[in-house]
Amino acid sequence: MLTIKNLHVKLEDEDKQILKGVDLTVEAGKVHAIMGPNGSGKSTLSYVLSGRDGYEVTDGSATLEGEDLLEMEPEERAAAGLFLAFQYPVEIPGVGNMTFLRTAVNAQRKARGEDEISAGDFLKLVREKAKTLKIDAEMLKRPVNVGFSGGEKKRNEILQMAMLEPKMCILDETDSGLDVDAMKLVSDGVNALRDAGRGFLVITHYQRLLDHIKPDVVHIMADGRIVKTGGPELALEVEKNGYADILNEVA
Amino acid sequence: MAVAQQAKQDLTESRITALDLPQGGVWGNAARADALARLRAMGLPTRRDEYWKFTDPTSLTQVAAPRAALFEAKDEGPIFDGVDRLRVVFVDGVFDPEQSDDLSLSGVEIERLSDAMARDIHWAREFYGKLETAGQVPVVRPLAALNTAFAQDGIVIRATGKAEKPVSIIYLHRSENSDAILHHVVRVEEGAELTVLENGPAAARFNKCMEISVADRGTFHHLRAQGRDHERRAATHMFARLGEESVYKSFTLTVNGVLTRNEHVIELTGDDAIAHVAGAAMGDARTHPYHHDDTVFITHDAERCESRQVFKKVLRNGAEGVFQGKILVKPGAQKTDGYQISQALLLDEEASFQAKPELEIYADDVKCSHGSTTGAIDETALFYLRARGVPRETATDLLVLAFIDEAISEIEDERLANDIRVRLQMWLERRRRG
Repeated sequence: MLTIKNLHVKLEDEDKQILKGVDLTVEAGKVHAIMGPNGSGKSTLSYVLSGRDGYEVTDGSATLEGEDLLEMEPEERAAAGLFLAFQYPVEIPGVGNMTFLRTAVNAQRKARGEDEISAGDFLKLVREKAKTLKIDAEMLKRPVNVGFSGGEKKRNEILQMAMLEPKMCILDETDSGLDVDAMKLVSDGVNALRDAGRGFLVITHYQRLLDHIKPDVVHIMADGRIVKTGGPELALEVEKNGYADILNEVA
Repeated sequence: MAVAQQAKQDLTESRITALDLPQGGVWGNAARADALARLRAMGLPTRRDEYWKFTDPTSLTQVAAPRAALFEAKDEGPIFDGVDRLRVVFVDGVFDPEQSDDLSLSGVEIERLSDAMARDIHWAREFYGKLETAGQVPVVRPLAALNTAFAQDGIVIRATGKAEKPVSIIYLHRSENSDAILHHVVRVEEGAELTVLENGPAAARFNKCMEISVADRGTFHHLRAQGRDHERRAATHMFARLGEESVYKSFTLTVNGVLTRNEHVIELTGDDAIAHVAGAAMGDARTHPYHHDDTVFITHDAERCESRQVFKKVLRNGAEGVFQGKILVKPGAQKTDGYQISQALLLDEEASFQAKPELEIYADDVKCSHGSTTGAIDETALFYLRARGVPRETATDLLVLAFIDEAISEIEDERLANDIRVRLQMWLERRRRG
């Protein structure tokens, strides 16, 4: 599904290397988690994959089902099936949540040569998916993320994911700013989307999200590289002993 | 300075000489003669005048109207089409009774200006040119004086009750060289309610003046969509005087146009009066220049009045925007609530916006605020939309509409506001298709 090879990335504006050779493959139907201390390059990886400005790829490649992601515009990556759940979902005053969702769904369908979804079908689908995430009609009517609490913003991200049905989902610290109940809601939303045809890359600081979204593979990232890969037990080890042991071990 | 003065005088005289002073009726002739004398005394504007620092008036004052090609919108119907309204049609500045509805409406009297002037005793006699004259202080507005003197046509409207439906003035443009000067007079009597809609390009060059007097507890709503002919030019003036507890609300949408200068001169003379003026302007100078100027002067001369100015502009490819807005609070106008915001969204480095917000306050117990911002598109929001699959151009349009909607939402009538929104969407879609 997602194949990253020897990815080197620096900041566009300064001479600072962030990713120093990342190798990672996420298979369809699998959930991979990336853990790592602050500043290890986890969020940068998610931004580079989704096409945010400000980064320069100096070496390596990233493909989605064989298609070169790095050559595509952000909207093309989305249409190809990549989805990034933002760590800090953006507030967009003046753009209604429903308008935003419908525009996004239809833009992706159009890019794939499919017909636009009818207004009636769309409404039905949104209501159904919103209900399971406990997003009420009022939230759907409001401008995108404006006045939403931290938990509401994250639930809104998962709603978008559910509507867009991407092939590859990247969750960037989706647990940050969530209380226990909200974490459960969000995780349930993600788990409902787990599917044999869909890959997940879950970026997180803490193990607790992984109690809810059970990973198949856990990677530890440090200083711009994946330094250790293992099963779910690796996350527990981090939880117990912190990153220091692992980092010392690989140093 | 003497040379400049002479040049101004020559400019004014050559313009006057090229125009015919319409004749008709004792009071009409007198008002025109008075305006002509005032015009001669002040002279037509030039770029040297402070009030025209950001907008070059040359094409508005030169003898012949510059040619303007006609815009054919094949893929959209006329605006306000779904609104039940009384249609008053002008073609290149001349009233067209054939295309207009019968000018009878419950709660309203409507007449052609020339018919009103033909009668020695007519209510409009006390209003024609009066607010325009008052509006010449402290800043002169020579194009308005020229209008009062030389107006070729116009209508006078008197609302005596609640108007049954809006009066919709439609300006059609059929000749590439037309030079239209129209003057309308509106009187809203005590407790009466009237809505006036205006739309269309009117002419290659359009000079329009509307004088609106709203008596105590009267309500006047004004909604305007200026025509989309790329090469048209317009200088418009709205002069309003508001009585006690009266309401004046005006909104203007401007897309396209080589040159547009919209002036509002509003005097709040009765306690507890309300004046709201809003405007949304969208300009893309890719194929034709675009220059849009909103100039507003609001005078608070009574207690507890509220005024509000909300102007938004979206500019690209070298389009130019100007805002000159002033709130003057006279001594004794206590408890004034004045608000003014002008904002421009510049979509590239070629677009420009000049703003001159001013407050002049001579009362000590007032609340006045003003703000002006110029900014680029929010890149973070743009990326967020694109990351969800919305192409850059569509995402930009969404953010543009969101930005400008703060001005559109000033329109009270939701249906009319939606008409404006639909127009903007169509304009954006057409622009995107190139």
